[in-house]
Amino acid sequence: MGRIAKYTRRGFLGLGALAAGGVAVGYYFYQRPYANPLAAQAAEGEAVFNPYVKIAPDGAITVIAPRAEMGQSIQTTLAALVAEELDVDLDQIEVIHGPASEAYYNAAMFRMGGPFPWFDDSIGAAATRTTMGVVAKFLGMQVTGGSSATIDAFEKMREAGAAAREVLKAAAAAQWGGDADALTTERGVITNPATGATLAYGDVATEAAGVSPPRVRLRDPSEWRLLGRSQPRVEGIAKVTGDRIFGIDIELPDMLHATVKMSPRFGAGAKSFDAAPALAVPGVRDVVEIETTTGKGFGIIADHTWAAFQGAEALEVTWEDAPYPATLEEMDPLFAAALDGDEAFELGGNGNVDDAFAAAAPDQVLKAEYHVPFLAHATMEPMNATAQMTGGRLEIWTGTQAPGIVRLTTAALLGIEAEDVIVHTTHLGGGFGRRGEADFPLYAAAIAQHTGGRPVKVTWSREEDTRHDVYRPRAAARMRAVVTPQGPEALDFRVAGPAIVPSVLGRTFPNFPAPAEDEPLLDGLFNQPVSVAAAHYAGSVVDLPIPVGFWRAVGNSQNGYFHECFLDEVAEKAGLDPVEMRLNLMRDPDHAPARGVLERVAQLADWGAEMPAGKGKGVAHMLSFGTWTAQVVQVDVSTGAVRIEKVWCVADPGVLLDPDNFDAQLMSGINFGLSQALGQKITFDQGEVVEGNFYDFDAMRMWQSPEIETEVLQTAPKMGGAGEVGTPPAIPALANAIHAATGQRIRRMPLSEEIDFV
Amino acid sequence: MRLTVNGETREFDADPDMPLLWVLRDILDVKGPKFGCGVAACGACTVHVDGVAERSCSLPVAAAEGADITTIEGLAQGDTLHAVQQAWLDHQVPQCGYCQAGQIMAAAALLNDIPNPTDQDIDDLMTNLCRCGTYPRIRAAIKTAAGTMQG
Repeated sequence: MGRIAKYTRRGFLGLGALAAGGVAVGYYFYQRPYANPLAAQAAEGEAVFNPYVKIAPDGAITVIAPRAEMGQSIQTTLAALVAEELDVDLDQIEVIHGPASEAYYNAAMFRMGGPFPWFDDSIGAAATRTTMGVVAKFLGMQVTGGSSATIDAFEKMREAGAAAREVLKAAAAAQWGGDADALTTERGVITNPATGATLAYGDVATEAAGVSPPRVRLRDPSEWRLLGRSQPRVEGIAKVTGDRIFGIDIELPDMLHATVKMSPRFGAGAKSFDAAPALAVPGVRDVVEIETTTGKGFGIIADHTWAAFQGAEALEVTWEDAPYPATLEEMDPLFAAALDGDEAFELGGNGNVDDAFAAAAPDQVLKAEYHVPFLAHATMEPMNATAQMTGGRLEIWTGTQAPGIVRLTTAALLGIEAEDVIVHTTHLGGGFGRRGEADFPLYAAAIAQHTGGRPVKVTWSREEDTRHDVYRPRAAARMRAVVTPQGPEALDFRVAGPAIVPSVLGRTFPNFPAPAEDEPLLDGLFNQPVSVAAAHYAGSVVDLPIPVGFWRAVGNSQNGYFHECFLDEVAEKAGLDPVEMRLNLMRDPDHAPARGVLERVAQLADWGAEMPAGKGKGVAHMLSFGTWTAQVVQVDVSTGAVRIEKVWCVADPGVLLDPDNFDAQLMSGINFGLSQALGQKITFDQGEVVEGNFYDFDAMRMWQSPEIETEVLQTAPKMGGAGEVGTPPAIPALANAIHAATGQRIRRMPLSEEIDFV
Repeated sequence: MRLTVNGETREFDADPDMPLLWVLRDILDVKGPKFGCGVAACGACTVHVDGVAERSCSLPVAAAEGADITTIEGLAQGDTLHAVQQAWLDHQVPQCGYCQAGQIMAAAALLNDIPNPTDQDIDDLMTNLCRCGTYPRIRAAIKTAAGTMQG
């Protein structure tokens, strides 16, 4: 690989500071790509500094953290980036999500999505990332996803804090006379050390907001007061006192309630319906038809949610047939044909695998086929949105990961301008990728056309939520390897599944062309730190119009299972220890963080120690969302059922901003990942999703929850994410542990179909 | 109908079959108890009915008529958080937070019955679902709260 630059961590951070120093805060003030959304909405006397900081006449400081809070503590971490440079503490500021605006576009999410390994800093990879960043700016997409929010904000929100601090100092200096650089700032107060005079930020905010920001230099990490230290969540009290912070908690004057009954067969509509039984339910006021790009069906408007639910049950509808095979079994041939067929796209790879397999002795070749099912997101808070239509303008309150998409899609549905849609983003009762979708706001917008200007809260039942998800795609992998006693000499992966990106674009922006290749299908395979003489990664898209979408860790969620379990099989065939074999495959200097986390997790887990009968340990490593993550899972099968006893996890995101929260995110990602094994599977009958509620699509419970020990290293040259990285290694480490304990290889998810769990 | 909710007597009209959860949320505007499943499978709606933890989404309001209901909003004593809430805060248990009102109400009831619970007690009695997988911290916070409550 040719490289134009190799960044060390020190170099990377230095580069950020250099960019900030060189361009000053100009990033925002000189190359302003979008108008500051706060300026248009500023209250009387409110001082607006940049899209992230404003100060009210009473001195109250508000920081805008424009990413969805869905549990990952992003509001706290983003606020800390600003507060670090602004010289305020988190208990002195109010943190809000703020308005939907293109100014809050997420460049990092786009940059991270390119078809290159994270450690590839070649000219081609770097150029693609730059282009993707420009595309992100052009599209102005305010999205929370891809574990990218902190990476995206790392420089620009610190710059925003620094810029505000410097103009406040300049305004104080103007008042006092003298040099702003001589002034100091602490906890929202400016001090003149020469005179002892002080001014609170609020005292000079109005004057400061009119000052052009001078050049600033971001502080060295050694000077950090907040970053690098665990912070209490800014919404902690709200979440232990039951405060009304979620979309479902919205209460507006004169508000109606509603629910939806959408076609259970995707892409189909109603052949006929009878609303009379629904209208007969006490409290039901109206039944309205909904037709959107995401689905067709009905809205049931009522005085309260329970009546709406009863009305939805009573509503009689005959639905059109599903335009796809009606059961999983009937879909099987599509997956087999995709695996067998010639049509495939390739990403990454090296050498010539065909030559390698042709030259290999038959007993050197290992083959395996793995399968994963469709999965629902099953957020704790069912989908919901509240909408009100007044005078050609739509106001919408919802927990969304993509407020810009809410604006664009609802405006398109109603035939109004996006500027006439106001989105209030609430806290999210779980997101996991589900709440980046447009369906729940679209249905609320559609229903709000029929309420005579009254606001209407549209809450889905759990069954409606489970049966109208955008599923983690079902996928199958066919893998083969040439194995010698030294390890794999050739690796060949072929994955078949429905493509996510065309599915998302098709229902969200139908006029937007979808790419022919679907990077998520191979994400977590082609871009792993593995060096072999020949490697080949191919994807075959299965044409199946069941809505699929971004599910925590996306392609990595299945490809981690395929890749890391198959490597375990390779190690077994080679007679090698799975940790030792992986370390040998990670010998490229660019793979150093992988070796670091793997060696450390092996040490913590006492890998290689003799295990009592009935216990086993498994290992996996995945590089996803820029973070190198190794896990060891220990199981006990002595009672006949698998108990997941302990998980050790070591991750290297390069930079650690909040240790307690990174631990929480790893824990969450691990338990979310392990939940798949315990029985999660979406099935179909007559083209309809069978599973409907937590009794048939459940997740891990307390009694199944393992002890978890995490550690974070900071050696990686680039900053990685947190929210999803715990998920990909969890399942392969578990499956490998079960093999170690029982000798049983389980090549099909959920693992619970072949072995019992406690 | 009549309920006492967090110490306050509330009178209202409702279908006797309406689940307590929807009476609380949509009629009485008490939003702490959350809707998660509607079939008593997740516990997000857990409240105390005469001191006993109940899943309010599956309890017809008629069955609670006249009862003393405590929701998460009524757990603290004035400005002083309940020991369970404080432990939740200290351990930074909540992530998305949606299930946590129910988890806290379940834990408070558990500690009422079993002041010093074992891991097995916690496994047996903390059956509420958390999709963020905060279980290790819930377990730790319950033990901390148990210590606090025993002084």
